[in-house]
Amino acid sequence: MAGLPTSARCVVIGCGIVGNSLAYHLGRLGWRDIVLLDKGPLPNPGGSTGHASNFIYLVDHSKEMTALTVESVRQYREMGVFTQSGGVEVARTKERMQELTRRMVSAESWGIEPVSLVTPAEVKQLVPYIEESIILGGFYTPGVGVVDSLRMGTLMREQGQSSGALHVSPKTEVVGIDVEHGRVRRVRTTQGDIEAETVVITCGVWSPRIARMAGAHIPLTPAVHQMIDVGPVPRFKGAKSDIEHPIVRDMDTNMYERQAGGDLEIGSYAHRPILYDPEDMPSLEQAALSPTEFPFTQGDFELQMQHALELMPEIVGDESVGVKYAINGILSLTPDGMPVLGESPDVRGLWAAAAVWVKEGPGTGKALAEWMVHGESEIDLHSSDIARFHEHQKTRAHVRARAAEGFNKTYGIVHPSEQWASNRGVRLAPFHERERELGATFFEAAGWERPQWYESNAPLLEEFRERVTSRTAEWESRWWSPLINAEHLAMRERAGIFDLSAFTIFDIVGPGALQSVQCVALRQVDAPVGRVVYTPVLSPNGGFKSDLTIIRLSEDRFRVVTGGASGMSDRKWFHDHLPADGSAQMADMTSSMTTIGLWGPRARAILSSVTSDDVSNEGFKFGTCRIIEVDTLRVLASRISYVGDLGWELYITIDQGLKLWDALWEAGKPHGLAPCGIGVYGTTGRLEKAYRAHGNELETEYNVIEAGMAAPRVKEEDFVGKAAHLRHRAEEPAAILCTLTVDDHRSKSGEKRYMLGREPILTREGKRIVDRLGRGSYVTSAGAGPSVGKHILMAYLPPEHAVVGAGLAVDYMGESYPVTVAVAGATPLFDPENLRIRA
Amino acid sequence: MRILACIKRVPITGGRIVLTEDSRAIDTRHLGFTMSPHEECGVEESVRIIEANGGDSVVITLGPPEAVEQLRDAMALGIDRAIHLQTDGQEWDGETTAAALTEAIRADEAASGPFDLVFFGNESADSGGFQVGARVAFTLGRPCVTGLKRVAIEGASVRCEQEVEGGRDVYVVPLPAVLTVKEGLNLPRYPSVPGRMRASRKPVAVNTPSRPDSRLELVRLVVPEGQGRRAEVLGSGAAAAPAVVEMLRRAGVL
Amino acid sequence: MVLVLVEQTDGKVADPSLQALTLARSFAQPVDALLMGTAADLTQHGVSVAHVAEHVALGSFAPDAWAAVLHQLAVSLNASAVLAAGTERGNEVMARLSARTGLPLAANCIAVSPGPPVTLTRQRWGGSLLEEARLNSERPLITVAPHVVPIEPAPMPAAIERFAPELTDSDLLVRVVERVAAVGGGISLTEAKVVVSGGRGVGSKEGFGMIEELAGLLGAAVGCSRAVTSAGWRPHTDQVGQTGTKIAPEVYIACGISGATQHMAGCKGAKRILAINSDAQAPIMLSADYAVVGDLKEIVPAISAEIRKSR
Repeated sequence: MAGLPTSARCVVIGCGIVGNSLAYHLGRLGWRDIVLLDKGPLPNPGGSTGHASNFIYLVDHSKEMTALTVESVRQYREMGVFTQSGGVEVARTKERMQELTRRMVSAESWGIEPVSLVTPAEVKQLVPYIEESIILGGFYTPGVGVVDSLRMGTLMREQGQSSGALHVSPKTEVVGIDVEHGRVRRVRTTQGDIEAETVVITCGVWSPRIARMAGAHIPLTPAVHQMIDVGPVPRFKGAKSDIEHPIVRDMDTNMYERQAGGDLEIGSYAHRPILYDPEDMPSLEQAALSPTEFPFTQGDFELQMQHALELMPEIVGDESVGVKYAINGILSLTPDGMPVLGESPDVRGLWAAAAVWVKEGPGTGKALAEWMVHGESEIDLHSSDIARFHEHQKTRAHVRARAAEGFNKTYGIVHPSEQWASNRGVRLAPFHERERELGATFFEAAGWERPQWYESNAPLLEEFRERVTSRTAEWESRWWSPLINAEHLAMRERAGIFDLSAFTIFDIVGPGALQSVQCVALRQVDAPVGRVVYTPVLSPNGGFKSDLTIIRLSEDRFRVVTGGASGMSDRKWFHDHLPADGSAQMADMTSSMTTIGLWGPRARAILSSVTSDDVSNEGFKFGTCRIIEVDTLRVLASRISYVGDLGWELYITIDQGLKLWDALWEAGKPHGLAPCGIGVYGTTGRLEKAYRAHGNELETEYNVIEAGMAAPRVKEEDFVGKAAHLRHRAEEPAAILCTLTVDDHRSKSGEKRYMLGREPILTREGKRIVDRLGRGSYVTSAGAGPSVGKHILMAYLPPEHAVVGAGLAVDYMGESYPVTVAVAGATPLFDPENLRIRA
Repeated sequence: MRILACIKRVPITGGRIVLTEDSRAIDTRHLGFTMSPHEECGVEESVRIIEANGGDSVVITLGPPEAVEQLRDAMALGIDRAIHLQTDGQEWDGETTAAALTEAIRADEAASGPFDLVFFGNESADSGGFQVGARVAFTLGRPCVTGLKRVAIEGASVRCEQEVEGGRDVYVVPLPAVLTVKEGLNLPRYPSVPGRMRASRKPVAVNTPSRPDSRLELVRLVVPEGQGRRAEVLGSGAAAAPAVVEMLRRAGVL
Repeated sequence: MVLVLVEQTDGKVADPSLQALTLARSFAQPVDALLMGTAADLTQHGVSVAHVAEHVALGSFAPDAWAAVLHQLAVSLNASAVLAAGTERGNEVMARLSARTGLPLAANCIAVSPGPPVTLTRQRWGGSLLEEARLNSERPLITVAPHVVPIEPAPMPAAIERFAPELTDSDLLVRVVERVAAVGGGISLTEAKVVVSGGRGVGSKEGFGMIEELAGLLGAAVGCSRAVTSAGWRPHTDQVGQTGTKIAPEVYIACGISGATQHMAGCKGAKRILAINSDAQAPIMLSADYAVVGDLKEIVPAISAEIRKSR
């Protein structure tokens, strides 16, 4: 056997489904000298892949996750390790039936076909051993199946090895990772050292431990998933393959039942969260089964037996069918339920692909390989980016709290706006107490507590009565308040004050700052000092990496202001593009500065009453900023708006934030200043103005032309994605971002329903709309436009449908609603000439 | 018929036994637990005899609070109720274990009538003292047959078979009797789900005997040498066959 | 004086009893032996006096009777310790003796040093773990784990003294009433020079076809792991392990057996262990002498073919 190479282009640590897939795809994309290690033996080194239940459901509400899953299934099929069985998700409750209609909607949005809602009798036909009397129906996906993930790994390794790209070294334990000048240099193993500038951690539950060797963080926790195997099942006697009946997910009990040859496997996500420390996993020799198969804790499965018995009494109630095998299988949970992918923000050259399950493994391997080789992946991975975590989100306490909370939501009915309950109140604005007194309902953003709406605005409901939509359906009124609409109208008529503390703010400083910022911004940032530039940030292929604001504070100081959610990823992106010669540095100001938004027709009157500086339209033009004095405070005022009204973002150091809030609040009283929540800032105000949001309209899969954000000219200077951007400008866009309005909200029952986003856009005949690149049209954002009296949707539509006045339809909760294209392109519904922001 | 099965909770060890820092116990943080394999056969035999003859069955253990799991396991296989002599987790030696069990058996018999059969494992999987059954039998004044691979009720007697070199030794003793059994006596069933669910509702009587000093005092545990050497690899796959044959020849068995 | 129960078959003393005699000398006292019914040659084993118990009822094994005899002799000789081999019978008789006398018993010891208190090392987990312990007893009762302590010859003209113990009916209540001979055929696991064993890795009942084929070619017995008997692929009589049969062949070939302590406790007596396993990291690799890594379904038939070829 050849020894371990002493140097490599890339070292991949961990031979689970992800490591194998990644190494294979790196080889396919042309990399050579790839070394794949595992401390365990092959083909089953003892990680979570080895005990995975190996079935794959296709539909997820997350577009990113669905795309990864679909791509994975394609690869499993290609390798011949996929057995299609079909799968039925059954509902025991009315709420679940509604959730299944939502799954239908997601399936349509993401193009998963065929799928269908089935009656209990139809479920019985599919799964003859089910007790259909206790269910109300099911969601049937014929494309569901089972894979042999270990075999898949073996095949991928073999192909990588036979192409000469890959060296595989089992029973090679990593004992250290050397980092020099912030960059990974070497992996130290029990079999020798390997010099490498690129190292990927694909170690599942061991990932945090390996990352720590390099001083990096991979925020995940090992957690228990219980599974028992009962048999022999008389009905399955003589089974010719591993699976011949559809897999059943008993969604309301957080359980699944699948045939496994002559036995039935029953799994559960229903028990109390049982979390372990990544540092405290048994060794291969010490473990009785495998290091990720822990002893079964019967006490946590009592209720689950009852549930399984109810659903499948013929099998589970059979006294001759015994519990042959039971484990507490260990899998990885992250604080937000998404994987951890990409290059670590802590160490250059150190990559991760962790908390990836079998169902999305090969797709993730491919996407990460593309990211590593080409700088970006075909599937937008921003929700999984390892760089997304804020400091507090990397702590063990946070990871454990959120993983514990998220565990029982594995099959849960999760509202798109649902808030976390654990580890809240981590980051507070300096005026948090004021907001609390005003009856704010707080939503969380990047750990910040942000008011979503204020109870103190209740009188506004009376004032704007007929213009405030009321939602009667429970689903849409959950995590929502009509106060949002009232606040919006108060802002449009008078003025609103907004807490924008959750902004991520970092300054790029130094002689090389301009060049550094210039190379990531689409727009020209070599502007006079005091200019505020809103700019897309492009990926190498010309898609949207982000969109943010860059303020030129001085010749060699630029302030980047971006949203909390994508802030950390953006910070890494800018940091990665700092000049190599050290001529510019980055300073994170997020926790030094707070931001207050003041917008509305009375905003100038309010601001001028607390400052003697010139804030007139002539003296303080839109798109500029300067320091103004408010009492003894020196405030950076930036005349820009994300709600489409006259006003400013006001930056002040956190210690003085409360004083600024109080000054504005007092000054605003005579003007009817209303405290406004993020419901206005992020949804109603934004949608009326057709402002795009990252993660909704702006993803790497769409380009600037499609989003209607192309400027008349392209700057001379080079920037990331420029070549692609120029190409996009020259070609006919495959889709155009449109604003649509709902023509009729009434459902069959007569109740008015309001879409929340991510629903499919169909023709009036009910046909799915797909552009020439194969991208289906779906609602990227949805929300009220109180000032225009419409429920507004945004969606990318192919040119033939992107026609003002075109009649289309939206599928929502199992019913179709007529919609009309109101705008094709970026023109807003409200104040289309943008007179207000320039007033 | 009344039958008692005595069991002991033991860890399921992996390929390598790891000790606690003070070397006085096995590090069980990552281990599951089971009843000793011999005793599992005693439980199975108890259930079979009651199924065939009617009556009631009881399982008893001396062990930490968690040993209730093994009592439930036994009840999931069909035992009717359980007696738990709860300890604080400290080990009891064979002599003190037997004394506590005997006392509990007497108490139960005083309340519910004598056991026709009391089953023990021939020896526990962990400490392997080879004596609890014999001690209990002697104190109760009942015949004891050990190491059994076959048990058959024959009227008021029980016919017992012991595997010995070249065959089986047969004993026939009158009931009530104490039998210590070995794995292979039967193939224990897997618990069914309904069995498990019934088990969680069956009664467990808890008693807390106090632990007398052991005359056999554990000082420390040692993992014997020999674990940790490395095998000489003769090759991989079918290509290794000639090397294997050569090794067999050198060993003088070919 | 230390008293040792010596087991014999038709005058031939079993090795474990000779090992017990060797260990008994650790007490640095004269060693007396007890033989049931028949005298045997103990002149090479440091025995001062060989006491031969003679009683009509001792013709068939009766464990309580043996314990009674041992008890009477120990008392009459005022033995300072009583030892026996840690065989099935040795352990059984000593357990009954401990019950009668109310004395503690330390089973399966591999080392002792005289006390008081006696300090000793004994086996747990079928020998996978050792316990160092103190035995506080006026008359230590000890059994000696078989095949651990090497027999050290110590020539001494053992005097033979016959005596007639007194036995009650209750001592004879439990006795062998019948010996059923083993059903012939097959090579017994305990006697085979080679044992070919299969584990979970064999995959199925049918998979044992190739194991049997190889065993047939080698004149070997077929064994298996506990996982295999639990799955019902082989009878328990084939099981090698702590709770199965303990074996000591010249060569043990373990196919698809991971090597849990439970299994290794049964085969560690083998002179040579060959492990055939797809998992180069399996625990058995830490106890095996030789290893072949790979798919046993290819390797085992290949070895059979190679043996045929070489004939």
